[in-house]
This record gives sequence, structure tokens and C-alpha cells, in this order.
Amino acid sequence: MTNTLDQIFVLLKHWIMGLFPVGLQPIVGIVLSVVAILAVFPGLFAFSVLMERKGLGRMQNRIGPNRVGPFGILQPVADGIKALIKEDVVPYNADHIVHFFAPIVLVVVVFMGYAVLPMGRNMTFVPMDAGLLFYFAMGASAELSVFMAGWSSRNKYSLLGAMRAVAQMISYEIPLLMTSVIIVMMTGSLSLDKIVEAQNHYTWGLPHWYVFTPMGFAAFVMFAIAATAETNRSPFDLPEGESEIVAGYFTEYSGFKFAEFFLGEYVAMLSISGLGATLFLGGWSAPLEALNFIPSWIWFFAKIMLAICGFIWLRGTFPRLRQDQLMNFAWKFVLPMTLIDLVVTGLWRFLGEGWLRWAVCSAILLAAYLITARMGMRSKKLGPRSYRYAE
Amino acid sequence: MIVFAILAALTVAGSLAAVLLRNTVHCALALTGAFIGLALLFLRLDAQFAGFAQILVYVGAVAILVVFAILLTRGSETPATGVFSRTWFAGLVVAAGVFAVLAWTVLHSAVALPHEFAAPQVSVAQIGNALMGRYVLPLEIVAVLLTAAMIGAVIVAMHEKPGKYEKKEAN
Repeated sequence: MTNTLDQIFVLLKHWIMGLFPVGLQPIVGIVLSVVAILAVFPGLFAFSVLMERKGLGRMQNRIGPNRVGPFGILQPVADGIKALIKEDVVPYNADHIVHFFAPIVLVVVVFMGYAVLPMGRNMTFVPMDAGLLFYFAMGASAELSVFMAGWSSRNKYSLLGAMRAVAQMISYEIPLLMTSVIIVMMTGSLSLDKIVEAQNHYTWGLPHWYVFTPMGFAAFVMFAIAATAETNRSPFDLPEGESEIVAGYFTEYSGFKFAEFFLGEYVAMLSISGLGATLFLGGWSAPLEALNFIPSWIWFFAKIMLAICGFIWLRGTFPRLRQDQLMNFAWKFVLPMTLIDLVVTGLWRFLGEGWLRWAVCSAILLAAYLITARMGMRSKKLGPRSYRYAE
Repeated sequence: MIVFAILAALTVAGSLAAVLLRNTVHCALALTGAFIGLALLFLRLDAQFAGFAQILVYVGAVAILVVFAILLTRGSETPATGVFSRTWFAGLVVAAGVFAVLAWTVLHSAVALPHEFAAPQVSVAQIGNALMGRYVLPLEIVAVLLTAAMIGAVIVAMHEKPGKYEKKEAN
């Protein structure tokens, strides 16, 4: 029974494929998987937007949307209809072709990343040998669409926003890749399926997730920081800092094109949460051996939604960084920590089994954190802030 | 064969557009299209690592770098004199010469090498083993070279502190 529930989507796909002639079956299989991804993640997008508006409202001592439907749960539907029937305004001087293609490129590239994420047991769309590489190749292409949007609008705020976004995404992509390299070193494979398989073991009923090793934990923290910056979320949302540059690179987008950027941002957030869950939190494996009777795909989506709650919490509680703080943080703290973590991972491999490697690796990472973070803070000479232009 | 024709057309069209378009940023974007076509050609040949690395490095980093360079140096406006340089004919001759030499080499290497009937299966793991084992010295040398180039670029771009030279003169 549990096995059927676990594989229900796989069985469903094979049943529908069986209804078609043999020659058509591969194409039908591909179409079914694509339709499933295109249906599930925009649905989750609508849900997480609602959750975000409600959650942020509660954190700011207000109620949040509560007019459309019971408890306001139909708010995303109303927003969607509004975006669809709004007039699409394109600036007169804009570069029309590039302006048109920018949101499309973003959405396409962001959805492509889902092709390699294992969403449950036997539920990877394309089980690729170099899955992680594919994911990052797609993520890197999103930067270009941000630039296209900002440049083609012929608006200085758009261009400033795009430049900020691209600079930030490139700076934080390096730690993001490096933390994944740590996981690749521990597994010995670039395939996301094998990474999940390697974590799907239990000792005394507890899982072998990578986040429960010293360097895995450090890498997880760095990954979370870099992922927040990569998706332009608060506190790293300078590219759309509304108090400075209107709305950043999508200032000149209206109607459905704006909705596409919105969709792209949230779907990218869901996707990078899925990657984080796969790399560090065991993907679709259950947190306790006793809980294995619950289907694997429920665990995967539960981990994604937990990460989304984390993103919302961060957005509700942290102030926005300044540009120089952002860059200093990336290059002087996150990157050195990740590099040290990389070396520690190698050490872990050669120290052999036993408690010694736990002690040594934890000690090195703790010392590295104390030195890079504490000393860095001390050299900043933090004190009362003086304003040069706004007195 | 049809897929190859489509990809080849995409790559060639992208490269031609990169040369012929009047707006510099459009040229950069067209060049990105050519990079993507090339990456897809690699994937068509079952070279996953080369294909994805092509997208990651060229689309994700090189294209962005080109675009930044265009925007930060002299603006994306087209020069009034047009996009063709005056020595385009000499450039054409040189390009044709290089192409002829490369084509000649490639065609002859196919004759010189023994024919392989099955395409070799190269996985990402094998490439990694080769880079970390047999070719580790070249890899490290390239890494040192790139680091040196990066430090050089930072020094060129660095602001010179105003007091430094005055002090030296005083000494």
C-alpha cells in the first residue's frame, strides 16, 4: 500500500502512456512530465505568495489579504486575473524585441532547472549524469535575462537595477557553486539522484543527511546565504530597492510581463530550495527511519515549503544591506569560509572513520568562523553611523 | 541530421548577426545565441561536460562580461561612421585563410587516424579523473596564470592613493 502511494505518480504516468500506441509513448511521457511540472510549481507559487503576504502581515502587526474568498485564499486568483487583463505598456524608446524576450527567457530558464531535481523516488524528469552542472548552467543563464530586461527598458533605474542584480548574482554564484562542490566531493558524483541515494541511509533511525556533518552544516549555511542572494530576496534585494530605484530591472514592465517576472522570481526560489533540500537535507528521504511509510514526494515538497517559510521569515525580520556591505560580505566572508570548508572536506575524507575526524573538522571550521567573522567585524570599527549627504 | 541543420543554422546566424548588427549590445546578445548553439552541438555529440560548461562559462560569465564592458566603456550607441571598418577586405582574407588551414588540418587528421566505429563513451567522472591525475600539472599552471591575470587586472583598476607619490618625492 505504501509502495503504491509512494510511486503513485510514476504508475499514473505509465498507465496514461499505456493508452497510446508504442511509437508515441516516449513523447507522451515527456509531455506528461512537462505538464506536471508546469502545473505543480505555478500552483505552489500562488500558495507561497499568499503565505508570504499573510506571514509578512502578521510579522508587521497587520492582518494581510482577507477579502477574496474565505481567509483571503483566493487572492492569488484575483491577482492573476488582474495581471492578465491589465494593459501591456511598453516604453516608446524601449528596445522592443529584447524587451519582449527578457521575461520569456527568464521563465523558460528557471523552469528548465526542474528537469534534474529528484522530486521523489524514481521521480526525476531527466536522470542526468551531470545533473548538478545542468542546473547551474541554467541558473547562470537567468542573469542574462535580467540584464536584457534592464537594458532594453531605456530607463536609468532599470539599468541600475540590472547592473546591481547581475553583479550580485555573479558574486554569490561562486560560493553557491563551491558549496555544491563540497557535496560532490562527499558523494563522488554530479548526479542529483546519486546524491540523494547517498544520504538515504539511517543509523539508529537517524538519517545520514549531509547537513549533519561539520562541513556539511557550514556548507548549508553558506548555501542558504548565497541562495537568498541569488534569488534577489531580502535582505539582498538591492536590485529592486524601491526606496532608491523604483523597482529595479522590471520597472518598465506591466501587466502579464510583470507577472512573468514575479513568477520567475518565486519559481526560482522554489527551485533553489529544492536544490538545497536535495544537496543537504536528503532530498526525498524521510527525517526518521520510522517515518518512511509516508510517500517520498511529500517529504520533498515539505522541505521546499519549509525553506520558503525561512525565506519569508528572513524577509520579515532583516533590514536591507548596502551595496558595499553586500560585496564585502560575499568576497571577504562567504567565499573564504567556503574555500576553507572545501579543504576540510578533503581532510575529512583522509582522516578515516571515527570520532577524530569529527573533532578535528569541527574545530577547524569553528576557528575559521571565529577568525573570518569576528576579526572582520572588529576591523570594521562599528559605531554610531554618520551620514554624509542626509543631515 | 535535421537537428544538426537547425543547430548549425542557429550558430551561424548568431555569429553573422554578431558581426553585422549595428547596435553593440544586440551584437553581444546574438553572440550569446551562437554560444548556445555551440553548446547544443556539444550536447548532440554526447559531450555533456563540454556542453554544460560552455553554457555555464560562456553564457553565464563571458557574455555578461562582454555586456558589462560595452556598457561601462563607451555606451551602446552606434558610431556614425557605420559598423564596418575600412579594412574589412583584408580581414575577410585573413579569416578565410585561417578557416582554410583549420579545415585542411581537420580533414587530414580524419585520414591519418584509424577509423573508430563506435563513438567513445566519455563520462564526466572520467574527465575529472584525467584532470586530477594525468593532466594535473597543466591544470595548475592554467590556474596560476588566471590568478596572475586577475591580480594584474585588479592592480590596473585600483585607485592610487593620493599621498603615496608625494611622500616618495619628499624623501
